[in-house]
Amino acid sequence: MSDTPSEHVPLRLRLAAKGIDGVTLLVLPLVVALILLFVYPFLYGLWLSFRPKDGSLLGNYAKFFSDPFLYETVGKTLWLAIPVTVINLVVAIPVALRVRLMRRQRVLTTILVLPITLGTVLVAEGMLNYFGPQGWFNRVLLTALGPQGWFNGPLMDVFGPHGWFDQTLMMGPLMTAPLISGPLKLVHNYTGVLLSLVITGFPFTFLLVLSYLTGIDPALEKAAATLGAGPGSRFRHIIMPLLLPGLAVTFCLGFVQAYSVFPSAVLLGAPSGPTRVISIAAYEAAFEQYDYSLASAIAMIMGVTLLLVVIAVLGARTLVYRGPAGGGKG
Amino acid sequence: MASTLSTFKSLRLNRVGRDFGRLNALKELDFSIERGEFVALLGPSGCGKSTALNCIAGLLSTTRGSIWLDETRIDTMGPEERGFGMVFQNYALFPHMSVRDNIGFGLKMRGVPKADAAKRIDQAIATVRLEAQAEKLPGQLSGGQQQRVAIARAIVIEPPVVLMDEPLSNLDAKLRLEMRQEIRRIHAGLGSITLYVTHDQDEAMSLADRIVVLRDGEVRQIGTPEDLYLRPARLDVADFMGFRNRIPGRVVARSGDHIILDVAGTEFAGTLRSSLTGDSAIAVVRPDDMSVGETGLAATVEACEYRGRHFFGSAKAPGGIELFFRAPAAYRPGTPVKLAADPSRVLVYEGATP
Amino acid sequence: MRDVISPVRTLTDRIWVTFVWVVTGFFIVNLFAMIGTVIVSSLGTRWLGTWLPAGWTGNWYLSAWDEFQLGDLLTVTFEVVFAVVALSGLIGIPAAYALARRDFPGKRVVMLLLLLPLIIPPITYGIPLATVLYVTGLGGTLNGVILANLVPALPFVVLVMIPFIEQIDPRVEDAARVFGANTFRLFWHVLLPLLLPGALAALLLVLVRTIAMFELTFLTAGPGDQTLVVALYYAVFAAGVRAVQSIDAMAVVYMLTTLVWLIVALRFVNPTQMVTRGKQQQTDNG
Repeated sequence: MSDTPSEHVPLRLRLAAKGIDGVTLLVLPLVVALILLFVYPFLYGLWLSFRPKDGSLLGNYAKFFSDPFLYETVGKTLWLAIPVTVINLVVAIPVALRVRLMRRQRVLTTILVLPITLGTVLVAEGMLNYFGPQGWFNRVLLTALGPQGWFNGPLMDVFGPHGWFDQTLMMGPLMTAPLISGPLKLVHNYTGVLLSLVITGFPFTFLLVLSYLTGIDPALEKAAATLGAGPGSRFRHIIMPLLLPGLAVTFCLGFVQAYSVFPSAVLLGAPSGPTRVISIAAYEAAFEQYDYSLASAIAMIMGVTLLLVVIAVLGARTLVYRGPAGGGKG
Repeated sequence: MASTLSTFKSLRLNRVGRDFGRLNALKELDFSIERGEFVALLGPSGCGKSTALNCIAGLLSTTRGSIWLDETRIDTMGPEERGFGMVFQNYALFPHMSVRDNIGFGLKMRGVPKADAAKRIDQAIATVRLEAQAEKLPGQLSGGQQQRVAIARAIVIEPPVVLMDEPLSNLDAKLRLEMRQEIRRIHAGLGSITLYVTHDQDEAMSLADRIVVLRDGEVRQIGTPEDLYLRPARLDVADFMGFRNRIPGRVVARSGDHIILDVAGTEFAGTLRSSLTGDSAIAVVRPDDMSVGETGLAATVEACEYRGRHFFGSAKAPGGIELFFRAPAAYRPGTPVKLAADPSRVLVYEGATP
Repeated sequence: MRDVISPVRTLTDRIWVTFVWVVTGFFIVNLFAMIGTVIVSSLGTRWLGTWLPAGWTGNWYLSAWDEFQLGDLLTVTFEVVFAVVALSGLIGIPAAYALARRDFPGKRVVMLLLLLPLIIPPITYGIPLATVLYVTGLGGTLNGVILANLVPALPFVVLVMIPFIEQIDPRVEDAARVFGANTFRLFWHVLLPLLLPGALAALLLVLVRTIAMFELTFLTAGPGDQTLVVALYYAVFAAGVRAVQSIDAMAVVYMLTTLVWLIVALRFVNPTQMVTRGKQQQTDNG
């Protein structure tokens, strides 16, 4: 080392003071990869969507919004995604509230992570068998409630013509036919897709809600209890306000997944009818008509719709508290 | 390595400074430490003492100045080239290594032969009395034991300089006193430089040969514990050294160092410790030197705490001056008292009129 | 989480508990029955209009192996998966380290760039990505499939690793430096052993997710580089061409490849992490 005390500060040290040094450079490969594989394709798709086959700037978008076969997909997708997201969330909250108190959560969470891990294609194949007309689900229903079912006779005795309601209470028959006369049609229609989205979406929603719930400092609830809040008030005044931001995020993530439904809409739904969702339209444009420009436009419309819903939900979130869910020190 | 234990003489800081963006965390640190010395860097939190230590260790780069170990400039070297030992505030033990491996880490990095290393590790473990814990992981140890591992890890490499960053701040009071003695004993056995950062003046005074008082990134005073205890050079140093009573007054008489102030109509004598231009001054006194007497500043007792051999009282004098004193008995709040101090224990500094 | 106030046993409380158990029970029974159907079907000789097949056989697996070229599919699947795991580890873990340890201008942009591929559904960015890959000649190749699968895998690894690295005390690295470790030795003796559990967990999760990743592979794969899940989709899509039992046998093979890794992964991670992307790491499992 030199013996002269130099007071000059090298560039390396000045950059280091800003947080840029050799370690920071480790981010570079990641950033390059994401730009090449994510940002660039997205921008390319956006550019491509304004270069339709007919040469006009907005040709694709005009086509999308004038062709009912295309623009109706938005409504159909929303008609699937919104009910599914709401159902999953409404069921997941009470279940998570209870499961959070359980000791053996891990068994349940492991079981629930199965459908997420197996993926929609496998769930579709399973559902085709299980919910099909010959499947176990319909068999159980028919055995229990069908015309020759175990419970049909007793039900008829109570609610049917000449039954207890009709004869004794003189209120008329409430049931004139068996509850189920044949196998329910649960696949290759709207219900099939809805069910598949619940099977993969409910565990996802539940696990997210559970993780947000366990993130709430239990001491806060105890504090509320010592101040005289019963279980109901604790839920209303402590848990719910702290959970709401997490619920908003959960809703968004669940919605995004349901909105982009693809394999199950094809395999379990009626892909040319009521479950012709927007991703099917995009896929067909790209890989059946080889119109990448239109496909990109549909993908962009899909992205914008998602963005609008997410912004609306997260915008509503800013109306509520969204700080840390711990007490005091984070 | 920068220097070996057998040959080095001193560690010298030459106008060392460090900025964080616009913030001038360390202004100009300029002092040297001789071999065998135990020096404490004392100051309140945020005064720059940890910044200074990290600069010396090489964990932070300096913005200005240079650091020298004898004739070798070390501030341009990486921390791993300096060959120092360091005890971190939260110990920073390697969580995946046993106590033995933690202590042996520095020796391994230096390529010390295994047999020799084993002997030195055993010796270090014995020095900090951790024989029974040698194979445990840090997570299995108590705070005090982790502390000992951290010290052993720093001393086993026989470094020219041992840096300690508030090593006792995470321990309970009793353990803290025990560890103080141990650190002192270990330092004496090593014969190297120990630079010890703390915000606790008691700790600094009981351990160090010399204390460097830092405030706002500047050295305010360097001296022996006695110097600082009896003769703080500045008002803020006095404040930090436990002169809790701050009594503003007007100068009425002065001869040499002896000075008499007028405090709310009462005369209060003291020793002048700074230059004096105007006629307003501030007298400071330790609570232990302030006692109840026949004459002195009139005040009303506000509270009295039990302190074992005596009581510790607080009182309010006219003009809102708060006074702390040593009380022979438990005074009830509201009792009028007169408080006085030996003029040699009353230090007077230049100050603004209240 | 043991010490949350225990519930008072009131009537509403019991109704609530019953409701929760009925819902969860119903869900789980149907889930297992659904998976069971696939397994039973793949092992049955003929199954029409009865509770159970007429007889049992393992032959569907043999025929599926030939019909669907399961050997090739498994090879491709694991080529893709291991390449994605290796690349996302090599690029993602160092980047996660930098993001956890340094504050630099533009860090927020990088974090946003990481979140987007995880929030935007694969089918949305997959179509433009596939277009670009086909334009550059990578579409329909194994490399194209690997690159496409990196898009969600990289951010996933980084976002799982950041909180893990943040909880490693940086002073421990300082200590290693002070005691004489150069960059390589710091990495080898201190960082690597400390990062290993987290890295293993993150990479196993990526592995499971990549095996099950349908959309991106579907959009970018040519006929020769389909993974198991894509082939399964085509088989189900063209149902009627092949025997149902044969497709079910393939589904079981797919299920097993996923579940084996899931079980391995669950030794290291909490199942919740499969969905929370490391944002809500629960530190206490005890």
